[in-house]
Amino acid sequence: MSKLTVTIDHKKIEIPEGSTVLDAARAANVYIPTLCDDPLLEPFGACRLCVVEIEGYRGLPTACSTPATEGMIIHTSSPLVEVNRRTSMNLLLSDHPLDCQHCVANMDCDLQSVAAFVGVREQPYQGERRAYDIDESNPFYGRDLEKCILCGKCVRACDELQGRQAISFGYRGFASKITTPFDLPIWDSTCESCGRCVDMCPTAALYDKSAMKHGTHTGETRTTCPYCGVGCGLVLETRNGEIVGARGDRENSVNEGHTCVKGRYGWEYVQHPDRVKKPLVRQYLLDGKEKSKVTDRKSKDWDFVETDWDTVLNITAEKLATIRDTHGADSIGFMTSAKCLNEENYLMNKLARQVIGTNSIDHCARL
Amino acid sequence: MGSYSAIREWADKEVSQQTADKARIVIGLGTCGIAAGGNAILTAAKNTVANNDEIKAKVVSVGCIGICYKEPLLDIEIPGKPRLSYGPVTAGETKRILENVFINNEYEHKKALAVIGEDSFSDIPSWHEVPFFAPQERTVLRNCGFINPEKIEDYIANDGYAGLSRALLDMTPAQVVDETLKAGLRGRGGAGFPAGRKWNIAADNIRALRASQPELDSYGYVICNADEGDPGAFMNRSVLEGDPHSVIEGMTIAGYAIGASFGYIYCRAEYPLAIERLKLALDQAREKNLLGENILETDFSFDIKLKEGAGAFVCGEETALIASIEGLRGMPMPRPPYPAQSGLWGKPTIINNVETLNNVPVILAKGAEAWATKGTEKSKGTKTFALTGKVENTGLIEVELGMSLRKVIYEIGGGIPDGKEFKAAQTGGPSGGCLPKEQLDLPIDYEALAKAGSIMGSGGLVIMDESTCMVDVARYFLTFTQSESCGKCVPCRLGTKRMLEILTRITAGHGKIEDIALLEELAPSIRDSSLCGLGQSAPNPVLTTLKYFRDEYEAHILEGRCPAGQCKALITYSIDPATCTGCMVCMRACPTEAITGARKEIHVLDPELCTRCDTCRQVCKFDAVLVV
Ligand SMILES: Cc1cc2nc3c(=O)[nH]c(=O)nc-3n(C[C@H](O)[C@H](O)[C@H](O)COP(=O)(O)O)c2cc1C
Ligand code: SF4
Ligand code: SF4
Repeated sequence: MSKLTVTIDHKKIEIPEGSTVLDAARAANVYIPTLCDDPLLEPFGACRLCVVEIEGYRGLPTACSTPATEGMIIHTSSPLVEVNRRTSMNLLLSDHPLDCQHCVANMDCDLQSVAAFVGVREQPYQGERRAYDIDESNPFYGRDLEKCILCGKCVRACDELQGRQAISFGYRGFASKITTPFDLPIWDSTCESCGRCVDMCPTAALYDKSAMKHGTHTGETRTTCPYCGVGCGLVLETRNGEIVGARGDRENSVNEGHTCVKGRYGWEYVQHPDRVKKPLVRQYLLDGKEKSKVTDRKSKDWDFVETDWDTVLNITAEKLATIRDTHGADSIGFMTSAKCLNEENYLMNKLARQVIGTNSIDHCARL
Repeated sequence: MGSYSAIREWADKEVSQQTADKARIVIGLGTCGIAAGGNAILTAAKNTVANNDEIKAKVVSVGCIGICYKEPLLDIEIPGKPRLSYGPVTAGETKRILENVFINNEYEHKKALAVIGEDSFSDIPSWHEVPFFAPQERTVLRNCGFINPEKIEDYIANDGYAGLSRALLDMTPAQVVDETLKAGLRGRGGAGFPAGRKWNIAADNIRALRASQPELDSYGYVICNADEGDPGAFMNRSVLEGDPHSVIEGMTIAGYAIGASFGYIYCRAEYPLAIERLKLALDQAREKNLLGENILETDFSFDIKLKEGAGAFVCGEETALIASIEGLRGMPMPRPPYPAQSGLWGKPTIINNVETLNNVPVILAKGAEAWATKGTEKSKGTKTFALTGKVENTGLIEVELGMSLRKVIYEIGGGIPDGKEFKAAQTGGPSGGCLPKEQLDLPIDYEALAKAGSIMGSGGLVIMDESTCMVDVARYFLTFTQSESCGKCVPCRLGTKRMLEILTRITAGHGKIEDIALLEELAPSIRDSSLCGLGQSAPNPVLTTLKYFRDEYEAHILEGRCPAGQCKALITYSIDPATCTGCMVCMRACPTEAITGARKEIHVLDPELCTRCDTCRQVCKFDAVLVV
């Protein structure tokens, strides 16, 4: 790819052709605040916080949407930029509930950190604030649109990344709002609860309900989602040794931060008391007794007991062999799982057709 | 039907047959004419003709001629005689005038307005002498009010499609672009960007696309912006209603110039008559092979689809308009990429205003030089304006660019009614600014208006007199821009809201002197950091009123006084004992019984009960109601 050179705050930097001014700034380690930009989304130009001055350009172009061109000279913190950025930030805050200490996004809020960078010190523009009821219809996340800054990230994540288009901008002017079709509760929309919008939301306008129960998480563990063979990367958020949240791992090239509802919200089973953590087998099998002989189902013979993998696999293999020898291979069928990798499914296929000798094998994804 | 000359011959024949043997009775049925009662006049004329064997005339309807303050209009054309115009007429007058003219050969009537044509009739002035028309130059409105917009032959017989014919048969696409560049035609939709430059960029991009992907169905588009969302503006509507073919021809020429084979007209759904006439015109053009496959037997094919917009002001912004055509919410996107690079469905697209496109056939038919004789060095040609507000003559006008505001207001507009004083002229609608009397000699051109803090805009021109409160005017326009903001970007969505709140509190008498500083801080920021033209221009009414009428702001805030006597919270009504005659009219009219008195006794107004509805002042024949 061909390269071009731009000067950003007196630093010369070489960047690939096709970069935006914001890409250039990031490459040059120059911080430009943004609230509506995300590298995974198309430029949108809504928050106006990334305005810069570019020599030879009229007005204040936004870094997120302006393509960098050869020889461009960019100033990211001229007095004009600072003034306009501060006005925009002051305006945003004039329509925001300023109760950060009680907010679920406290210390994890882009609005807070950008406001800190811009340096707002007073509240010059006081006036009406939007008032909405919180939409709690979705079991996994809530929508507190009084905190929404209309950056449109959720709308674009839903459209560009998840392809659902469950939400969009509605109404006009001050009354503008992120809405579902007909402004119904989110649970009545086509939302699949993938949670990408929540993940992208720079404020607590969209929040995980689980996060309401405790303060910030203290640990993070990167892992792979156990639900299916795609193998999405997850970041499990923990506190006191317990999982308190999960999100897609942006560093993982499989899913680039994306997950489905199960990966993102279906983690409570991990620490559920009923969860089976070791193989279980009935006592009579361990004892090598015949099933037909242990008729009292209330007896200890029928209890499940914990054991190790080798034991249960041996028992299973023996039983399968016996059934095949007594009743023929076609008396056995295999059902494999979408949780398995392709390789594992392939091996199941081999086991069914070549070891056992039956063609009766199917997969749960075909149900 | 094939060549242009054959089509032209057919049209001339049709039109001469229309006019040769039969007189025509012409009723202006633009939306304005209809609103003023034009349909009743049409019925009256038809009935009169049907009931009188001696009146041998055909009753036809045309678009708006522009003289709105005299609607409804009745025009009479008798073969061999110039056209006569009467207005405003009632149904009864229509009958009498027709009988007088056709049976008694008597043309005089108190409603006679003008003679349109070379001859003159005794005392009726020629229309070139009527002050409303005399200073005007009609290029854009060349056909409006003269041809029947529902008949393509009328358009063709008036040189219609001659420009297209010349472009297709005698010129290469590049020559057409050059001709437009040479004419210096600038966009009439607001920003004044040279049309030829835009076409050039699009043509280059389309050529590049064609070279790299030779198999595409479509390489680019021509969009006619007929959204016309400014409150009070109706220039584009009048053109579409009165001369739809001019726009279709302009688009087709533009399509040829840039190498596009498809166009859209984006017209607001609130213009049902324009839409109806456009649909009819499109069908007629297709039937005559002036649109569709192999136009005028050439290799060039072009067709146009009409797209109705739901009437959001922001959908006039080009990227929002494109989104709207694509079925998305009308929300502007950052530029670049400009539509000429990547527009509708990702293809190079030019968007031009109705009036820009309407000029194109003239440039092509007459040549750039002939067209460009009018106007100034940098602002060529003519421009239409919707002249409204506190002027004697309101209506649709067209003037040579460079004419002074004074001439427009005092000659064409006939000055300020009721002996009041001029206070301000608002150009450019909600995106424009208010210019004070010191700027009356400002020439109307793009640069001069911008320098004075306003814009040309699409042609709204509202005249205000001394009874207009400038703070309230700013508040009015901000109410509009705030409610029409698409909500996308922070400075526009929230900045206009905060400015509106500040202006509202000043007009309500709760303003603080710091509010002026807040406005002065907000306005430039909103202008400089908004995404699209709506937000960028929304502060203009505030900036210009602050610049030219700061004293009014200060009077509201510091003295608790509205100098124009408009802001209800800041005025009190009373009855002047010296002039009150005790006629009891105001007392009876007051809806809240705030006025007491008896016959021939001086009346008294109770300010506690008064709601400042202004009824008493309006009904008092002796100017005895005082407002301070
Ligand atoms: C908020 C907004 C509203 C606009 N409305 C219109 C409109 O109603 N008609 C129009 O022709 N241009 C309108 N424009 C200007 C268009 O974006 C565009 O510049 C114009 O159609 C280009 O055509 P022209 O070069 O022929 O003027 C609007 C611009 C903005 C920012
Ligand atoms: S809900 Fe969050 S992500 Fe969506 S627009 Fe509002 S602030 Fe942005
Ligand atoms: S300036 Fe206003 S109308 Fe334009 S994009 Fe921003 S919010 Fe929308």
